[in-house]
Amino acid sequence: MSNPSAVLEKTSAVAPKMAGILDGIQSPGDDRLPAWFRDEQRAAWTQFQSLPMPARTDQAWRFSSVGLLDLSPYSAAGSLSKTDGREILERSSELDETSGRLVFADDHFLERDVLSEKLRKAGVIFQPLERAMIEHEELFRRHFMSQPAALGSAKFSALHEAFVRSGTFLYVPRGVEVDLPLETFHWLHAENAAIFPHTLVVAEDLSNVTLVEHFRSTDPHRAGFACGVNDLIVGPGAKVTYICAQDWSDKTLSVQINATTVARDARTLNLHLGLGGKYSRLESLSRLTGEGAHSDMLAVSIGDEAQEFDARTLQDHASPRTYSDLLFKNALSGRSRNTFGGLIRVEPHAHFTDAYQKVRNLLLSDDAEANSMPGLEIMADNVKCSHGATSGQIDDDEMFYLLARGIPAPVARELLVGGFLNEVLERLPDPVLVAKLAALIAGKFARRAR
Amino acid sequence: MDQLIIQDLHVSIAEQEIIRGLSLAVPKGEVHAIMGPNGSGKSTLAKVLAGHPDYAVTSGSVLMDGENVLELAPDERARQGLFMAFQYPSEIPGVTIANFLRAAVQARLPEGEELEATDYYAQLYKKMDLLDMDRSFTSRSVNEGFSGGEKKRNEILQMAMLNPKYAVLDETDSGLDIDALKVVAHGVNSLRGPNLGVLLITHYQRLLNYIVPDQVHVMVRGRIELSGGKDLALQLEEKGYDWVRDDISEPALA
Repeated sequence: MSNPSAVLEKTSAVAPKMAGILDGIQSPGDDRLPAWFRDEQRAAWTQFQSLPMPARTDQAWRFSSVGLLDLSPYSAAGSLSKTDGREILERSSELDETSGRLVFADDHFLERDVLSEKLRKAGVIFQPLERAMIEHEELFRRHFMSQPAALGSAKFSALHEAFVRSGTFLYVPRGVEVDLPLETFHWLHAENAAIFPHTLVVAEDLSNVTLVEHFRSTDPHRAGFACGVNDLIVGPGAKVTYICAQDWSDKTLSVQINATTVARDARTLNLHLGLGGKYSRLESLSRLTGEGAHSDMLAVSIGDEAQEFDARTLQDHASPRTYSDLLFKNALSGRSRNTFGGLIRVEPHAHFTDAYQKVRNLLLSDDAEANSMPGLEIMADNVKCSHGATSGQIDDDEMFYLLARGIPAPVARELLVGGFLNEVLERLPDPVLVAKLAALIAGKFARRAR
Repeated sequence: MDQLIIQDLHVSIAEQEIIRGLSLAVPKGEVHAIMGPNGSGKSTLAKVLAGHPDYAVTSGSVLMDGENVLELAPDERARQGLFMAFQYPSEIPGVTIANFLRAAVQARLPEGEELEATDYYAQLYKKMDLLDMDRSFTSRSVNEGFSGGEKKRNEILQMAMLNPKYAVLDETDSGLDIDALKVVAHGVNSLRGPNLGVLLITHYQRLLNYIVPDQVHVMVRGRIELSGGKDLALQLEEKGYDWVRDDISEPALA
């Protein structure tokens, strides 16, 4: 770079060259973390080393640009300068009204807006992972990394566990309803920083909570690597809405591994919004373990230039009378690529299951590419399942209708793409969240227009 | 005088000539009806005026207040004041009427000027009341799941919001029951005035009972074959289009 920014200079001043993540866990490690945790990290590192890097010949990585997954440039970043921290905090607010907020940058916990007295008294825990593992060790250990990475990223899951040092622990006790959403921010900041954001949500019986996470880079063009895990454990009759809005820099590699376990009569809705990143992989597993469990799995991605979004999903019906509905919509322009590999699996005793999977790609340029691999594996009787993936272009008649009203072509295109994606956003129960996500999408269009 | 002038227009689609030397002038302030049998090229004329890309104008001109419309892109024509109400309006999933019309109104403002939201909604609600449309329509996706009557009302709502100089209404009466027809006609009539020229394309005379035209033109096989006052429509109703077809061999009328 011929003209390095002031921010970069400051960063290098506080973050001297460190060993890369591939050099292993640096001893003595982070001594703020408990010994049992550090032992598990060392075991995870050994596991990481023993597993092969993904290859395109693996079905789980078919069509993926695995060549982009060179991890050698990245290292865990040092702490931030006070000025940088302050600037980041100023940028870390999206929702006007929340029940609480946590902000992290380069895996360092910066700040939180504390929960209300009422929620704390009700027993809600919303705190950085590194504190939860000490203050609530038993609860934390019961659930931490308890769900397998079943969709191809066992190696990245091990890497995550070896390096994770921060994130969010959210615990909602039985019957407690958290009225306003909780919000978190994870920022990539230093050049070539590697972060391992972890989110663990445990919602007990009949509780109700919404968590909105924002993954961002402070500089839209600075390289980084994010390897995150978000595990949602949803107890009987509980209701969890989880939104992950990803807007990394255009030089970020990311692997996000999501697993959701849905118990009897529980209801979850996950929405992953993909805006940024160079290569962004999302693995999302919904495991319906109790009768009457319901999972909505939603995603929107907007690719341009050479961005690649790579999504792998599993709707695993392990109990009768369970319901899952997956809707992924992708808008692709430039040379962007999207891969979807999804499986509905209905286990032998999971009768009366309803499972749906729908992927829609809107191709906005001749060079954009979408590969979809929907799949069904049904071992029970009496099930209702459907799956389908289609790719199409903007409808000429719709376009002409907008032009005929005097709307200029670029605005018309944006309206039609927004309309295409709206079907997903409108599945959210809260109009405030719909408007917020629509605004983030409009923000990406505005950046592209500049 | 300001008018929309179509001169010796020839239009083809897939090498087949559909409009074959059509000439017509609609002065601002007047309502002209074009009637004609199926396949006479009426709807093609509407689409060509709006700039639909599937049709090739091989010769002729269209002047709007002296400006050559054929040189303009469809969105430019619309912003210059030409409006077309579609016979079959598209459904636009996920785009609300409010956002759609807002973009259209915004596009007519000078560069850098932002639409004032409260004024916009006040205008919108006023026009919706005129067309007897419930306000909940604003948050519905454009035409999605609309009945035939609702779609046509929505077309007239757009016309009311965009204040065109000339409006081409393509079979706005088709698919409407009598009550819906009255509402739509009332909407159009309330927009009539010295600053608007209307070209009303219809197959049936019925619409003209409610929107009384200043002139009636009969289109057959891609040309205007007969023009006259509003009584011409009644004659057609009585005698049928064959009467005009039989007349065609005679020396040019109009």
